This record gives sequence, C-alpha cells and structure tokens, in this order.
Amino acid sequence: MESQMNSSNGVETITAETAIDPKPVLMLAEFATADGLMEAAAGVRDKGFKLWDCHTPYPVHGLDAAMGVKPTLLPWIVLCGGFIGFSGGLLMQGWMNAIDYPFLISGKPFFSIPASIPVAFEMTILFSAFASFGGMLLLNGLPRLYRPHFRSDRFRRATADRFFISIDGRDRQFDIDSNSRLLQELGASAVEVIEE
Amino acid sequence: MKRLLEMLSPIVRPELTGGAESPEIDNTAYSPDSRTPLITGDNDNTTITDKVCGIVENKPTLGWWGFFLLAFSVLGLLGVFIPFLIFWGVGTWGVNNPVGWGYAIVNFVFWVGIGHAGTLISAILFLFRQKWRTSINRAAEAMTIFAVICAGMFPGIHVGRAWFAYWMFPLPNQMELWPNFRSPLVWDVFAVGTYFTVSLLFWYMGMIPDLATLRDRAKHTVRKVAYGALSLGWTGSNRQWHVYERSYLLLAALATPLVLSVHSVVSFDFAVSQIPGWHTTIFPPYFVAGAIFSGFAMVMTLLVPARQFFGLKDVITLKHLENMNKIIMLTGLLVGYAYSQEFFMAWYGGVKVEKFAFINRAFGQYAWAYWIMVSCNVLSPQIFWFKKMRTNIWVMFVVSIFVNIGMWFERFVITVTSLANEFTTSAWDYYSPKLADVMILLGAFGLFFTLFALFCRFLPFIAMSEVRGVLAEQAHAKARAHQQPSPESAAKPAAES
Repeated sequence: MESQMNSSNGVETITAETAIDPKPVLMLAEFATADGLMEAAAGVRDKGFKLWDCHTPYPVHGLDAAMGVKPTLLPWIVLCGGFIGFSGGLLMQGWMNAIDYPFLISGKPFFSIPASIPVAFEMTILFSAFASFGGMLLLNGLPRLYRPHFRSDRFRRATADRFFISIDGRDRQFDIDSNSRLLQELGASAVEVIEE
Repeated sequence: MKRLLEMLSPIVRPELTGGAESPEIDNTAYSPDSRTPLITGDNDNTTITDKVCGIVENKPTLGWWGFFLLAFSVLGLLGVFIPFLIFWGVGTWGVNNPVGWGYAIVNFVFWVGIGHAGTLISAILFLFRQKWRTSINRAAEAMTIFAVICAGMFPGIHVGRAWFAYWMFPLPNQMELWPNFRSPLVWDVFAVGTYFTVSLLFWYMGMIPDLATLRDRAKHTVRKVAYGALSLGWTGSNRQWHVYERSYLLLAALATPLVLSVHSVVSFDFAVSQIPGWHTTIFPPYFVAGAIFSGFAMVMTLLVPARQFFGLKDVITLKHLENMNKIIMLTGLLVGYAYSQEFFMAWYGGVKVEKFAFINRAFGQYAWAYWIMVSCNVLSPQIFWFKKMRTNIWVMFVVSIFVNIGMWFERFVITVTSLANEFTTSAWDYYSPKLADVMILLGAFGLFFTLFALFCRFLPFIAMSEVRGVLAEQAHAKARAHQQPSPESAAKPAAES
C-alpha cells in the first residue's frame, strides 16, 4: 500500500499495492467533532449524493435527519420472526403430545392453549431475537470483513474519537476535484482518496 | 484501610497508579438544576477509549494472574467431582428420600437468578432511558451469560444418567417419545435455553462497535484477525448505526418480558407441584424480585473490586454504585414483604399442612438456615437507608456478599424444608450435603470467576460506544449551561467576576 500527497488540492491518495489499474473507489473526509460532521452531512445531502455515508464512533443523534436516512424495515422482520415462533411453538406441542404420540396426563385434553403458552411464549421471543439480530446483519450487509475504508490509517480512529464522511466511487456525482473541494469547504480537516 | 489499599495498588496495576489513577469523586449530591455527571474527571472520547482498551492491550498484572489462577484451580474441582458423580451416580450427593432435590436444584435456581440483574441493567434500564446503565451494562451482561452457564450445568448433571440429558430437548429418539409439554421442567428447558441465547445475542451485538475499536487499535496479527473477525467488518457507518440501534431497541424490548418469564417459569417448577410451601401463587413475582436482588448483589461484588483494579473509578462512579444499592434495598424490601405474605397466606388460607410448613420453616429443624436467610436478605440491606452507608465502598461490598449468601440460603430453605417435612410424617428426614455437593458448588464459583477473569482480559469491559454518547450529552448540557446562565447565577453576576 502506498500513499502520496497531492499538494495542489490537499488530497492524500492511498493506492493498493496489488492494484494493476488503480481506480478511485472511495473518498474519506475527516472531521474533529460531531457537530462539524452534522453540518457537513446536511451539505452533502443537499448536493444530492446517493452512495455516501457518515462514520462515527457512537450513534450521533440527529445525524439520521441530517443525512436523510429512511426508517428501517427491521420491525416488520422481527414481527414475522415472532409470529413464526409463536405458531411454530403451538404446532410443535400439539403435534408431539396430541397427534404423533398422544400423551394422557391426569385425564386432561391432549392439547390445550393455556398449558402451551409458556413454551410458545419462549419460542416467540427466541425467533424474534433471531430475526432482530439476523435482520440487522442482513440489512447492514454484515459480516463483510473487508472494506476499502480499512486501507486508511486515519480511518482507524473512526471507531474511537474521529468522525468521517465517505463517498463511494460508484456515486454518479463522484469526482475527486469537486468533491474534495466541497468537503474541505464543509470543514473537513483531511481528505483522502482510496484507489484499488 | 486507605493505606492498605495504597500499598496493594502497585501490585494490582502499576502503570495506572502513577498519577493516572482517578481519585474517588463524590458525584452523588442531588441538585435540581443540573444533572449529575455520569462520567467524572477530565474524560473525552480519546481518554475513555485509551482507558478501556488499555485493560485488554496492556500486559496482565500480577493481580489478574493471581485471581485467574485461583479461580481456575477452584474450577478444577468440577473436573474431579463431575466425573466422580457421573461414575458413581447421584448417590454421591446427600439427596435422600424424601429430599430428592438438593444442592443441584438450589444451585441451579441461585445461578439463574444471578443472571437476572444483567438483563435488568441491559434491557429494562435501557427502555427506561437510564443513562447510568452504560458504564456497567457490559460487565453485568457478561455476568448474566456466565451465571446462566453455571446454572445450565446443574440440570445436565442432576438427571442421574447424564448421557441421557438430551432427552430434555424435543429431539426424535428410538422410543418415538416426545417431552411432556405439561411439565414445568420442560418449560424450564425452553425458558433457560431462550434466555441464554437471547442474552448472548444481546451481549455480542452490543459489543460489535467496541470490538471494532479493538481491531483498529490492534498491533499483533492474532489480535487483528480475532477482533477483525468478531467485529464483522463494522465501520461505524451511520446507515448501519440506524438499523443497529433499532435492532438493539427491539432486543431490549424482547429481553424485558423474557427476563420476567424466566424466573417465573423457574418458580413454576415449585409452584405447579402440590408440596406445602411450594404450591403458592406468589411465587413468580417473589422469585423475580429475589433474582434481581441477588443479581445486583453479584454485580456489586464484581464491580467494586474491578473498578479499583482497572482504574475505572471515573467511569463506574459512586453515583452508579449508589443507584445499584438503592435497587438492592428496594428488591430486598420486596423479598422481605414476600416472606411475610407467605406466612400471612398460610394462616389466612386455613390449610393445616400449609400452616405447619411455614412454622416449621422458621422454627423447625432448618430454623438456622431460615434465620440466616432473613438476616442476610431482609436486615442487612436496611443499612442502605443511610446515604453515608450506601456510598461507602466497604459497606456495599460486605452487604453484597451477605446478600449473595442469603439468596443462596433462600433457595435452600424453599427447596429442602418443604421436601424434608411434607404430608407423610413417616417419611420425614433430615437432608445434609456430602463432600461432592459442596465441591461442585465451589467448582461452579470457580467456573464463574474464571470466565469473568477471561472476559476482563480479552473483551471490552465498558460499553465504550455508549459511554461516548453519554459524554457527548454531558458536553452539550455543559455548553447549554454556559450559554444560558441559571437564574441563581444571573442574580449575582458581580460576585463571580
């Protein structure tokens, strides 16, 4: 991995060693504070970028609005998980104790709803939790162990005490010169381009 | 005492005592016009990250090795006595007829109960937006997981033929039999199994951003690979935070009824039977209150030394400890109320055996256990009425140990007294444990503390990403206070300048 500084526009370029025909894939802009990031995010949003993101060491309140993030689908996935767990729990108990091998316990009915509630409830919670965790991974595209972001040494502090805006190289408006100028005007303390 | 601590501290953590050690700051004062700072000292995102990651990144201290090796050698007892038990059968325990449920069930209920405080802190306090939970939730959740591991061990070994333990699960077998779903013991399998799985998911998910911090700071290849894989490629992206936060909220909302259901179902193991002293409707809430009570005591037992050893007094502050002591006192009162209601209902219900069961508990052959329980659980937390006491490190540590002991005895009293003297007087007997009972109980503590020591060493002890959020709020509140002077300071500006 090599990095070089272009002094004319103050943008640092990091190129992957293995790249044969290096193309820019990502632009990273560093901000020192959450407030600075929030203002810049609103600016980037207003320019109409689509494939961009903010990276923060903790969930910053108000950033969703500043970025224009739409509400997630996740609650519906969890609802489906809960429904599957509840009905699956009831069906399992009914089939096992009343149909496949009828169990006569103290002359009570083979299957009844009240006696089946505890297990069905636990299954509801279990499947909802799986849906919540699995749905989170699915919607976030995790696990994805490699990201171009990780080529930047500066970006290591995104999980500690620095704030970043990233613009994906596939965005229609991606252009090193104009984008870096925009980010610098919005208060970025450093701008980097990752090539691979 | 202070001098003793000063003498001990260099052994425990030499690199943090040279001025970097934070002094004990009293932030428990109540003031109506400002919020108590939850993180004291001169801390920002950088120092918090350095401090918490330092626990994992620096070389383990002598104190850690001492604690770990002690716990690990006690764990070795399990390695000796569980094979012994499996080879010779449950006759190596003190269980007899009529007391078929001895230490194994007592320990199971005790350890499951311990876990409940972790979920209360992580889920219920999260839903109530109690910001002080952020400093303690990671360690408390870890405690939950380890306690449930200890608990889960006991049903596995107490079934007698441990190689058939899988019969507890609804798995197809050669007899084409399924579990009897009308038995609360089967409900327990589902409740505890779900509880462990959901707690693990919740704990791990909360840790992903902090594992990413450790990944980004890692210098050694093994650490890079391990934390890299565990953090799943987290970049702190806000689009991911958005889904992540929603998922975390939903898990908290799911874990809340779950934690209440788990000890309710555990109490059904007793309440659904017809044994005098067990067959009461008060059991579910009474068990849940007791579980939270004992769990908070265990959190206290772990955190009071941990914050000292790891130099975290400005993150886990006196305010946090005071809040926990208040909860211990409240749940202790609830438990005391339940004890009294059991007696009232036994008298008011007019059932002779029930009346006898309770008088026998307090004044019969196990009176000694009953009064240990009452003095530890009901009397000892009363000291927390005094603020001086509930903000004193040594008092709270000692009381937490008392509560742990008392809550173990509560389960002993419930399980053993009712069985030893039930309906048929000719079958009455006295139960006392044998060597294997005591050694397996000790071994479980070894397992618990070994796992906790490893957790301190290899995983982020404090939920850093959440603490950063609290710090940001604190900074905003401070900035607001500077912009708009409070009426009090506006009235006397001259005195200040």
